[in-house]
Amino acid sequence: MIKNSIILKNVSKHYPSHKAVTDINFSVPEGCLMALVGHNGAGKTTLMKLILGLVQPTAGSLSILGHDPKDKTAFHYRNAIGFLPENVAFDANMTGKELISFYASLKGETKFRSLELMDIVGLSDALNRRYKTYSKGMKQRLGLAQALLGKPRLLLLDEPTSGLDPAARQHFYDIIRDLRKDGVTILLCSHVLTELEAQTDAVTVMNSGRIVASGSLEDLRTQADLPLSLRITVKEGMTKQIAQPLQNQNATITFMNGKHLEIECAPSSKMAMLRHLGELGSLIEDVELQNTSLDQLYAVFSDQRGQ
Amino acid sequence: MKTIWIIALKELKDALRNRWIIAASCLLAVLALSLAFVGTAPVGGAKISTMQVTVVSLSSLSVFLVPLISLMLSYDSIVGEVERGSMLLLLTYPINRWQIILGKFLGHTLILSIATLLGYGAAGFLIGFSSNGASLQDWLVFGSLIASTVLLGSAFLSIGYLLSVCVKERATAMGLAVAVWLLFVLLFDMAVLGALVVDQGENIKSDFVNFLLLFNPADSFRLLNLTGFDSTAALSGMSSIAGRAVLPVQYAIVALVGWITLPLLLSGYLFSRREI
Repeated sequence: MIKNSIILKNVSKHYPSHKAVTDINFSVPEGCLMALVGHNGAGKTTLMKLILGLVQPTAGSLSILGHDPKDKTAFHYRNAIGFLPENVAFDANMTGKELISFYASLKGETKFRSLELMDIVGLSDALNRRYKTYSKGMKQRLGLAQALLGKPRLLLLDEPTSGLDPAARQHFYDIIRDLRKDGVTILLCSHVLTELEAQTDAVTVMNSGRIVASGSLEDLRTQADLPLSLRITVKEGMTKQIAQPLQNQNATITFMNGKHLEIECAPSSKMAMLRHLGELGSLIEDVELQNTSLDQLYAVFSDQRGQ
Repeated sequence: MKTIWIIALKELKDALRNRWIIAASCLLAVLALSLAFVGTAPVGGAKISTMQVTVVSLSSLSVFLVPLISLMLSYDSIVGEVERGSMLLLLTYPINRWQIILGKFLGHTLILSIATLLGYGAAGFLIGFSSNGASLQDWLVFGSLIASTVLLGSAFLSIGYLLSVCVKERATAMGLAVAVWLLFVLLFDMAVLGALVVDQGENIKSDFVNFLLLFNPADSFRLLNLTGFDSTAALSGMSSIAGRAVLPVQYAIVALVGWITLPLLLSGYLFSRREI
């Protein structure tokens, strides 16, 4: 039986002035990396705060690593949770070494391990520099180092790659991959959907405080039922002859020149279309299947809800 | 307990780093020394202990300065961290919110104690060894001043925490801290005095006034230092009051301890219910 690190049942958080999240049903299996996406103000941060027990739900129940965050006496389970907030903030006058040592001591972590983590995130050269002299990327990396303290079983990362340069982003995802090998469950909020695509097991789309879609990328693609794009390279000057029978197969031509054709077809007719292209033999030089991107899926689901 | 100590140590290191301790110690030392060497000059050849005269003068001035230092230390301890965003992170750690309040309070009390001990203590030693020598009684009186100053400061630290927990913005906390300082250090006594003048001793009895003073930590501190020892009571002109004081000096100590614990308990309770 699959164990869930996070379970939310009918969770709502309503303030007198607004409804932050409503009727959230949501679970993240152990070892899964789930991306939480949505517009600003969609309720992602509130959801993270609910999971962390920083705010209490007005309805529903939560179970985080088998504990109820409402239970204020059972705070020790937070030892197994790492959190990186969107705008991570530390004491500006403390050095990186002092900061990581302070947070390490709160999690009962050794000094050696805290310095090791600083090395992992690439901050070993800036240990004795004050936090206020750190660049945005360095601050974010320090935030990640503190989130990794105490060997977390659950990581909550809110916009973890904001401010990181491409190399640092790559390094961040390398660290995430290593953590996943160890079975760490990760819930990650980000607006950079293209980078998430290759990393996630599942995606949850939020809009106006509600979950509008949830599942694996494949599930979401099926739900969205967006047409598939195919880019076909043909023998020079043969595009017109090939285009006609493709249109008869219910394909829509979106682009055409002497050498290339771009078509869209329904996901259900993908295999039929590929078979047909195969029958055309040497007229076809290459076929490139372009899957629906997370960006496109996000646009579809957030628009559906908006409407 | 370990977590409380970790947080307290961080506060202490912060105060050392930003030179709070040095600044407060110097301020208190300069105040004590100027009162000792300038303020006791009119004593002339009279055989009065310089140290005890200094204690009387310092008691009156500490009432103004120490609450201000304490409130400045504590008013943004919670709301400031919430506003900066560092509290959000701290609360995701395996810590009870009570531990945060107690740790910060312990740290700030240590800062205040060190500053008082260094500031007043250094001045005390200089006075003790530069005049004709201080008696055991002199040292006792001076020691009592230091201890009660820490109690007074802790009471205002505790009040500062309560303000810091109740408000949502640092600026509001600062405004309230100034208001609290004005209320307890200036307005409370003026109000009591005004009521006594208006009443002309007809309805308000002295027992009630004594009792009323316990509702102000600054007055409890004054009672403790100015009537606690016969010698200081004589020097402060309070001996007649001290003699007739219905409330024993222990009441002032209990009142100060109450002023430390009650606002602190309330802050912990409110903080544990607050959503960040």
